[in-house]
Parts: sequence; structure tokens; C-alpha cells
Amino acid sequence: MRWFERFRMAVLMLFRRRNETARLNDELQFHLEQQIAENTAKGMSPEEARSAALRRFGNPTLVRDQARSMWSWNWLEVGLRDLRYGARTLSRSPGFAIIAILVMALGIGATTSLFTIVRSVLLKPLPFRDPGKLVMVYERFRASTGGGDGANVVSPADFRDWREQTHGFEDMAAWRGYGFNLTGEHQELPEVVDAAGGSWNLFSVLGVQPALGRAFTSEEDRIGANHVVLLSWVLFQRRFAGDASVIGKQIRLDTNEYTVIGVLPRWYSYPDSHVQLWVPYAQTFTAAGYDEHDNHQSRVVARLKPGVSAAVATKEVSALQYRIFQANASKPVAEDAVFRPMIDDVVRDVRTPLIVLLCAVGCMLLIACLNVSNLLVARSSARRKEVAVRGALGGSRLTLIREQMAESLLICAIGGFLGVAISLLATRWLAGHWQDLPRAEAIQVDGSVLAFSAGLVFLTALLAGLLPAISSTGSGVLAALQESSRSIGGSASRARLRKMLLTAEIALTVILLVAAGLLFKSFLRLRTSDLGCVSDHVLTMQYGLPEKQYDTREKIVAFHEALLERVRRLPGVRAAALVSTPPGGGWEGDNVFTIPEHPSNAFNLQLDALRRMIDPNYFSALQIPLISGRFFTDQERLARDHYVIVSKQLATQFFSGESPIGKHIRVALEEKPEDYEIIGVVGDTLYDVGQPSKATMYFPILSGIPSETSGATIVVRTAGDPLALSLPVQKQVSALDPALPVYEVLTLPQIVGNSTASQGFSATLVLAFATLSLLLAAVGLYGVLSYLVTQRVTEIGIRIALGAQRSEVLRLVLFDGLRPVVIGLLIGLAGGLTAGALIRSILYGTSPFDPVVFATMIGSLLLTAIIACVLPALRASRIEPMEALRIE
Amino acid sequence: MGKPSDLVQGTLDLLILKTISIEPKHGWAIAKRIQQISNEVLQVQQGSLYPALHRLEQQGWIRAKWSETETGRQAKFYGLTAAGRTQLEHEMESWSRLSTAINLVVEAS
Repeated sequence: MRWFERFRMAVLMLFRRRNETARLNDELQFHLEQQIAENTAKGMSPEEARSAALRRFGNPTLVRDQARSMWSWNWLEVGLRDLRYGARTLSRSPGFAIIAILVMALGIGATTSLFTIVRSVLLKPLPFRDPGKLVMVYERFRASTGGGDGANVVSPADFRDWREQTHGFEDMAAWRGYGFNLTGEHQELPEVVDAAGGSWNLFSVLGVQPALGRAFTSEEDRIGANHVVLLSWVLFQRRFAGDASVIGKQIRLDTNEYTVIGVLPRWYSYPDSHVQLWVPYAQTFTAAGYDEHDNHQSRVVARLKPGVSAAVATKEVSALQYRIFQANASKPVAEDAVFRPMIDDVVRDVRTPLIVLLCAVGCMLLIACLNVSNLLVARSSARRKEVAVRGALGGSRLTLIREQMAESLLICAIGGFLGVAISLLATRWLAGHWQDLPRAEAIQVDGSVLAFSAGLVFLTALLAGLLPAISSTGSGVLAALQESSRSIGGSASRARLRKMLLTAEIALTVILLVAAGLLFKSFLRLRTSDLGCVSDHVLTMQYGLPEKQYDTREKIVAFHEALLERVRRLPGVRAAALVSTPPGGGWEGDNVFTIPEHPSNAFNLQLDALRRMIDPNYFSALQIPLISGRFFTDQERLARDHYVIVSKQLATQFFSGESPIGKHIRVALEEKPEDYEIIGVVGDTLYDVGQPSKATMYFPILSGIPSETSGATIVVRTAGDPLALSLPVQKQVSALDPALPVYEVLTLPQIVGNSTASQGFSATLVLAFATLSLLLAAVGLYGVLSYLVTQRVTEIGIRIALGAQRSEVLRLVLFDGLRPVVIGLLIGLAGGLTAGALIRSILYGTSPFDPVVFATMIGSLLLTAIIACVLPALRASRIEPMEALRIE
Repeated sequence: MGKPSDLVQGTLDLLILKTISIEPKHGWAIAKRIQQISNEVLQVQQGSLYPALHRLEQQGWIRAKWSETETGRQAKFYGLTAAGRTQLEHEMESWSRLSTAINLVVEAS
């Protein structure tokens, strides 16, 4: 029965609270009356009886409050009352409230957005079965000089040996990127699609079931097996209108027929969302290529066996790899194997930028908190007397602190609400505009993100509100009451608190500014890095000749030459040339080689250079300088192709001191190594902005070797806008072969822009956060100084009356304001140096201690600070002593 | 102010429950009664009495009823509920155990 009684009371207390309050008053009144009656009975006069009773009774309000505090729902009542008071105080100064709320909304919104992205991209497990057990296994060359773990992509024969001969993993699967010209049975437009070759067990290792149809079988994953293809959901919807009857039908890839056997689920986006279709792994190789140990291009996914660690399983693979290396000692075969957890592998490139961004918004949020805190301190000192009076009347310190906290909680809660709304939009925008962000499709706001922002609201409310609340309700109720409004420099401690907050704010701002400056400079360096060739007015466009029709050297060369001939005749074309991959277009292909003229002919990993196929006009078209020797002519063609031009870096690296002209390079372009005579040396170009240049060898594309020259990029230097020529050039391609699609139609600056887009994106974001922080710090500085000046009006008035010069007053106030700035600046510089060192790995061509960046950022901070200080200082210097002294 | 420093911690509940176990009483009468029975030793302050009464009421051990006093004024009379009676027995039991134990220790030679 007791629960019923308690429930009855709870309901009574919730709905009849007003009634109960009246009854409580009545009850206490009755007690008092009884006491008076007793006193009167003892013979006191009515007057005496009443005051004695009151004396005995104590503080009636307090007794009532104490009794009330026993009621259920008391917490709710107190909370609501605090919030009501908070709202009332805030609405008295709407300007302050709006600014504070906006500041918090911005801070909480940005932090929530970044948290959403970091959580979805870095923290959420991959959407595969038991994803913690998936690792990537790579080869590793011991001589590898690149940073990191030295992981190198795997050759197909290595993968097949690993899978067959080791038993540490439950299973291993491989995939490699690939591309196809996709054409339909009928008159559909041809297109170039990103594809991938996956070993038959890839999807079962990942634990992915096709949405329609089936995955590959082991019989299909063989050289010469039936051609089959798995479609991505996107391609299935886009090209086949989501019609399930496509399964079992034929599509043409590079003019070969492939049978569609299945469609992958909508959510599936590994390795990235660009891959449109999958074919069996073996079908992306030639029979010879499938057996090579020195042909590195694949990635290997492995699933751990229960109870066997990745390190142990990899050790076994590594031992096998060393035996493979010993059996192929004259070829570039790796000695070891290494592993990475699959999630690390997927997010490798974005981890540091994302964490930097998260730290940046965290800093901004902290600055916003400090700012609101600062504003609250200013307000609380104006209300000091009120607080003191309430303390004297029996308000406990806890109650007073709670009331002030309610104010900051209100600011942060409304700000947080707005912030979450902002972040819903911002997150979508960020995910959409961040190029190549892995797992972008997984980004979504969910319950835990909302919980995170709710936590953020409470944390910021605590941060922003606690310090002002404690400081204003602290010791010295009496002191506050006694403090004359005429007293001079009265709340020195309060001013000190505000200056400390300000110092922290400035220090954080400096750290942000320095980090942003470094990132931005690095990005600018990337954008302006010299490719080593002319880049204005250059259009590039890729095409790939299908092996089936273009099966001889002559046919390939004939197409290339016919196309060049046609394009050069177009109006507005200054020059046109062919290259396998243009500058800035990526690594694409390299070869190890030997130099027959040099005595040591043993395999040496260091003798390695990028491989490019070019036509005779390539260097002059892109204005890459000839350093010695000569360019190719039309004579170096077909079988007479054993000539090579090398880059300056190759010449200096491998022919130090001697002239390379007339020497030979022994390299296997086709099956066996053959000698190519060096006929020229040209200037260096970058294969990727952000990477140092690499030794390069150029071979004649007019050789027509099918595996090397069927894919080409036509580069066109134009008189006017290069993109205006893209359609005319495409028309020339389709005039020669209507079924041949072109792709990657880009200008050279666009190629550079694409590869630097994500750096630019994060640098711009951090810079935006830093600028906002600078603005916040300036507002804070201005606020503190204006407040100090108002406080010191009387003092300054006396000084001026006693003969102080106005310029001295100006200097006094200015220095007073700049002192916390300078201290904060020094602390911030130390922090900035640390931050710079931490982000060193994502800086390009920029020292983390770059003096220009530091000077610029210090300068802009000081300038902003001085502007923020000058206004209050000027106001102080214009104080009229008579008016100042009359102020009360 | 109002702290029952002269009462052993937690015994105020027992005293209140015991005092109203025979018939419902109002706050003033409860305080007076405790004072009288204890020969003026136990002085219950208003600051402890009323919070305690309201707490016991919230917990469902006592139930308040408005009725007339002998002088004809409306007052709030507190009486035991069934649960309160059980609680009283429980508290008396533990009190006697406690006081016996304390006596044993204090009177040991």
C-alpha cells in the first residue's frame, strides 16, 4: 500500500502545488498562533507575546523553504524557477544574449559537424562482417626509403602464393583498380568507367552479399574463363534503370562481351564510390602478368583466424615472401610482408587533416566559452551588490551559483539547439564538398551525435558559467555592501580574472592562427608548385584504344597519328601531342632498369624511374626544355623504337659527371629486358604536386607496343580558353572511332587543382575558424577594456585634474589592455610551435617554424588587438575631469 | 539554525511516528508532546519538525488531514498510515537494539 500512498502524494504535489503551498503557510501560521497563545497564557502582553513567538520561531521563510524542499518535484520547481530567472535576466540585455547565443551556436555547431564526420569516418567500424578482424597485407621492400611502414602494393603471383601456402589467416582476397570502355549492345553512348578486379572470394571475405544475383566463383577467377561482371548499385540504377532483368544479359567492356551476374548492395562503396563495376581478378591480367612476382599493383584483404594475431599471421607470409624474393633475386621482388588494420588503411589520408580540424573547432569552441565567460563576469560584477544583498537575506551560495549557472545553461542550450540545426546543414555540405573523403556515404547525424551535442551544451555551460558564478558569489558579502560606488579600482580581482580569461583566449587564438597560416601557406605552395612545363592554356583528354580492334602496333600508331593530324588542324590549336600520363597526373608506371655501360649489373632497387610514352612533339608542345641531345623524330617508330630520352634528374642521379647521351638503358618494356639508347636529356616535371620530382624515362609512343601505348592522353596547347576546344577535339576522336569514349577532360591547372582540393579545403576551413576566433578575441578584448575604463572613470578624472597629460592616459589604458595580449601571445607562440611540429606531416614545402607565417599571424593579432584597445583608450583620454568626478 | 543537535541523528522520525501513533496530532502538538514527555529535555525546532513531517508525508508513512482543533480553528493533523505503523515498529525495534548495545558498552566496567 505504501507505493500507492507515495504515488498519491507525487500526483498531489505535481498538480495541486499551489494549494499545498497555501496549506503550508497556514500550517506554519497556526504554529505561530499557538506559540503566541501560549505566551499570552504565561502573562505576556500581546505585543510581547508576538515578538517572543517570532523570535522563537526563527526565519519563517526559511522554515517554509526547508519544509518545501522535502516535497517531491522540488528539483523540477527549483530548476524551472532558476531558468525563469535566467531568461528574465537575459531578456533584460537582449544584445548580450543574442551575441552570446550566436557565439555558442557557431562553436557547438562546428564542433558537432566535425564530430559527426570524425565519428562516421574514423571511429565507426567498417560496414563489413566482423570488421575488426580485417587487415590489409602489403609487401615491403627493405630498401624502401619512403616514410611510414613502407607498405607496397602486391603482385598477383605473390598474392596467389600467400593464399595457397600460408595458413595464418582465415582467408585472403585481392583487388586492383581497373578501367573499361563501357558500350551497350545498341546505340547507347560509350563511356569510360572506373572498375576493379576482385578475387572470387573478396566479397565473402568482406562478408558482403550481392543485392541481386551472385558473386564470382573460383572457376570464373581464372585466365581465359568466361567473362562475367558485377555491377555497382549506382551503375545498375544509372545505366540500367534498376531493371533486375539485366542479370544474365551481356554488356560490352572494351568491346568484349561480359555477362552480368549480380549487383552489389546500395551501401557498398569499398574501395571508393567511383568503382562502377567488378570483374574477376584474374581477368584483369594477361596470362604472363598473372604469374609475375615483380608486377606490383594489387591490394590484399585478409581475415584473421580466431586466436591468431595479425602479427603472427603476417610473419608467416613474410617468411614466404623472403623465399619468393630469393628465388627471383634479379627482379624487383619485395623481401617482407607487413599488415595494417583495414580501417586504418581506408582512412589513412584523412586521419591527420580530420583530427587537425577537430582540434581547430575544439579551440574555437573553447574560445567561445571563454568569451561568454568573460561577458558573464562583466555582468556579474555589475550585479555584485544585488547578489550580496540576497546572500545577506539568507540565499545560500549554492542557490546563487545555481541561478547564475542557469543563465549560462540557457545561453548554451539555445546556442546548442541552433548549433545542431546549423550542423545538420554544415555536415551535409562538408561531406559533399570534401573531395575524396573516404566513407562519405556513412556520414550521418544519429543518436550518439545528438547525445554528444547535449553533452557539449552542459560542458560549455559549466565552463562558461562556473567561473563567473563562483567569483561573484564568493567571499566578502560585507565588503561588497560596504564598497562605495565611488571607490577607486574597487574590483581589481574581478578585472584580473577577466584578464586571465583573455590571456587564455589570445593564446588559443595564436595557436589556431599559426596552424591555419602554416596549412594555408602549404596549400599555396602546392597550388603554385612549378610542374616543370607550361600549364596555362593546356587541355588534356584521355582515351584508351580497345585491344580487340587495335590489336597491332600499326593500327595503334595509325590512330594516334591520325588524331594528332586532325587536332593540329583545328583553329585555335597551337600544338598537340600525346603522352601516357601528363605532368601532375600521378605516378602511373615505373620500371627498374640497368645501365649496360656500368659494371654492376645486379638488380638494384634504386635504379628505378617513371615510364612515359610520348610523341615527338610532346616536349615542344608543353615547352619542357631540352638540356642536351635531341628530341624524337617521326623516324623512331614501330620496331625502330629502341631510343629513350631521360629527365635531368635521371641523368644526374645515375650518370653523375658523365654525359648520358649514347649510353643505354636496359629495361623490360615488353617481355624481356632490351637496350634503349639515350638520345636526349630534358628538364624535370612533377608527377604529382606535393611530391618531389622523380627520375623519368620517355619512350616513343609511336612504337605502338599495345600494352604501353593503347591508352594515351592528348595534350593540346591552345590560343584561347582551352576548355572551349574540348568539344571540337572530342568530335575528332569520335570521327575516327564513334565507339571510343574520352575521359578526364581537364586543363592542367584543373589536374593540379583536383589533386590539391582536399588540402585547400581543410586549409580554408582552419583559416575560417582562426579568423572567427580572432574576431571573438577582439570582441573579448574590447569588452574587457571598455569595462575597465568605465570602472576607472573617476580615477582617470582625478589624474587628469591633477595634470596628467591625455597622451599619458591613452598610453596607460592601451598598455593595460595590451599586457594580457602580449602574455597570451607568448604562451600562444609556444603552443603554435608545438602545433606546427604536430602537423608537420601534412605540410608541403613549408617549415613548421616558417618565419613569414609566424610574423604575419603575430602581426595580424597585434593589429586586431590594438584596434580593439584603441577605442576604449581614446574614450578614456577624452574624459572630462569635472564630469568624471560628478558621476555617482 | 534548526539543526536537531540535541537529538540523536535519525531519531526525530521515530519520535514523531511514536507521538502520533495513538491519535493524529498537528505540528504544534507534536512538538509540545515530545517536550512534555521528555521532561523538557528534547526541544524540537520548527526548522527540523516541519521538514521532517513533510518528508514522512512524501514517503507515505503519515497522512495529513485538515480538521478542527478544540478551539475551533482548522489545523493540519498528521496520522499514521498502515505503512507508517509498520515503519514505527521497525524503527522501535532498531532503536531498542541500538540503545541496548550502547548501554552495554557504556556500562561495561
